[in-house]
Amino acid sequence: MKDTPLSNCERDFLLKAIEEKKRLDGRQTYDYRKMKITFGTDFGCCFVDLGKTRVMAQVSGELVTPKENRPNEGIMFFNIELSPMASPAFEAGRQSELSVKLNRQLERCLRNSKCLDTESLCVVSGEKVWQIRVDVHMLNHDGNLMDAASIAAITALCHFRRPDVGIQGDDVTVYSPEERDPIPLSIYHMPISVSFSFFQQGTYLLVDPCEREERVMDGLLMIAMNKHREICSIQSSGGIMLLKEQVMRCSKIASVKVSEITELISKALENDKKARKAGGKCGFAESMPQERITALKMDETPVEMTDVTDRANDIVQKAEAPPQTYPLQSLNNSSIYQDHCGDVVEISDSEEEEVVILHPEKADKAPT
Amino acid sequence: MFSGLKDKVGEVLLPGDEFSLETDDTISLTERVKPEKVVCGPGLRRSGDRLLVCKSGVLRHKQPNMFWMDSQQRRYVPAKGETVIGIVTVKSGDVFKVDFGGSEQASLSYLAFEGATKRNRPNVQVGDLVFSQFVVANRDMEPELVCVDSSGRANGMGVFGGGGLLFTVSLGLARRLLSPHSDVLSDLQTLFPCELVVGMNGRLWVKSSSVQQTLVIANLLQSCDTMTAPQRQELFRRAAQGAL
Repeated sequence: MKDTPLSNCERDFLLKAIEEKKRLDGRQTYDYRKMKITFGTDFGCCFVDLGKTRVMAQVSGELVTPKENRPNEGIMFFNIELSPMASPAFEAGRQSELSVKLNRQLERCLRNSKCLDTESLCVVSGEKVWQIRVDVHMLNHDGNLMDAASIAAITALCHFRRPDVGIQGDDVTVYSPEERDPIPLSIYHMPISVSFSFFQQGTYLLVDPCEREERVMDGLLMIAMNKHREICSIQSSGGIMLLKEQVMRCSKIASVKVSEITELISKALENDKKARKAGGKCGFAESMPQERITALKMDETPVEMTDVTDRANDIVQKAEAPPQTYPLQSLNNSSIYQDHCGDVVEISDSEEEEVVILHPEKADKAPT
Repeated sequence: MFSGLKDKVGEVLLPGDEFSLETDDTISLTERVKPEKVVCGPGLRRSGDRLLVCKSGVLRHKQPNMFWMDSQQRRYVPAKGETVIGIVTVKSGDVFKVDFGGSEQASLSYLAFEGATKRNRPNVQVGDLVFSQFVVANRDMEPELVCVDSSGRANGMGVFGGGGLLFTVSLGLARRLLSPHSDVLSDLQTLFPCELVVGMNGRLWVKSSSVQQTLVIANLLQSCDTMTAPQRQELFRRAAQGAL
């Protein structure tokens, strides 16, 4: 399906607004959109929201034979999928130019910068090594897919835990997560890419362009850096001429942004670790805010609780004696339903009981 | 059934809910039996003697007997007579192809402008905005647009758009802006003066005296979609005071 064409009046208005240093959503020139990082239930699954752009990364690992020229290094494999869900311009199956460009940029950013220690992925030299595969899926395209993809990929790599492996002589045993705790990958540094868009032949610069700004831009400069101010990859597309001072200025801005983003990632990883340790439910479903308007919504009805024990006693005494052999199971079988406020509401499974027994021992003392 | 429908006004209904034509058990012999007539609006469909809901939303009622489903939708389906904002994509020979946000592009003949003849062609370029109405809009044929009404006058339609901003909102908000005595529109009038073109395909074009004011109005309209009336008035008041 073709994307909505950009009208002349939108293009003129956007360029005029950029000349007056105004952006569509009220941001400043160097501002990023609101970024949100959440994790799925499995280790290695990460969602990144950059404004309305939404990206998911999933890391998985398996044991394979290594490459012949590098027998004691693990293999890293990256794949970016432009799902048609993200934008009507993306077609399923066909490798478009944008898809190739993003794949190449992510590979250069993460693989060539040696952010992951590949030698630690070796199990048996020449025979078995870990292949770590990072799949990034675009869920919604509202500009700046590259930054969101790089943040999602490196966060998912930091979040991933690979199964523990034991070697005894020639035997290699892979322990399941229940037998031994899975171990994290050894990550040296976190390269993050920052995108700069240029307008009017390099006169105006915007950080983190949204989708409409991307359509009217002249060129794009992508700088991948880590928080130690080391440049991992730098790429300019669109054929614009940039001056040396402009590139230096962009790298300074990038170092500031990268340190902020790295801090956000570390905080998100910390929060997730704490949530998992506390045993709370974690994952994609829990991190989504509940925005339903119907479906099982019932108003709270106040329940009169003043003389409930007396009333219960009356009901129990007037009821027939239950069969003596089976202890009452109604409270044990109830499922614990944790709703979004964190309050615990018990729903009883048993539907045959008409009477809810509040004190099981009273029933045993019920007069026959 | 009328009473059944009346009971459910204001409730959320889902596709598949039905109202059956129940007649009363007793028919009075002395009173005149008036045939009940119920006018079904969008989202309700008659099937035999049942009334089926085919869109999820809230059931609304207008006196004396009009019922319809009020739902949020962003995807536009063309209907004859509706005015939309389109973007010209292709200029080929005698016909322009216009994108209006539907499943296919509509065709607009170059003669369908006021005062256009074979010699006097209208000045339309690719990428221009046109405000036009549908003359053919059914699901079996390619939709067709014209920029004149039945008497040959432009009546506000045609090419427009220098200097303003085009943005999209949900169809419900566009309809609310176009309804007579619309409160959203009257709230908007308390802000800065601006020119506003509302297309029923959810596209709005706004132009105000400065870029900043245009951006403010565009952002306000996009965010007041799901707000209640008091929230919206509060938001507009804050914008008028210059806080936003």
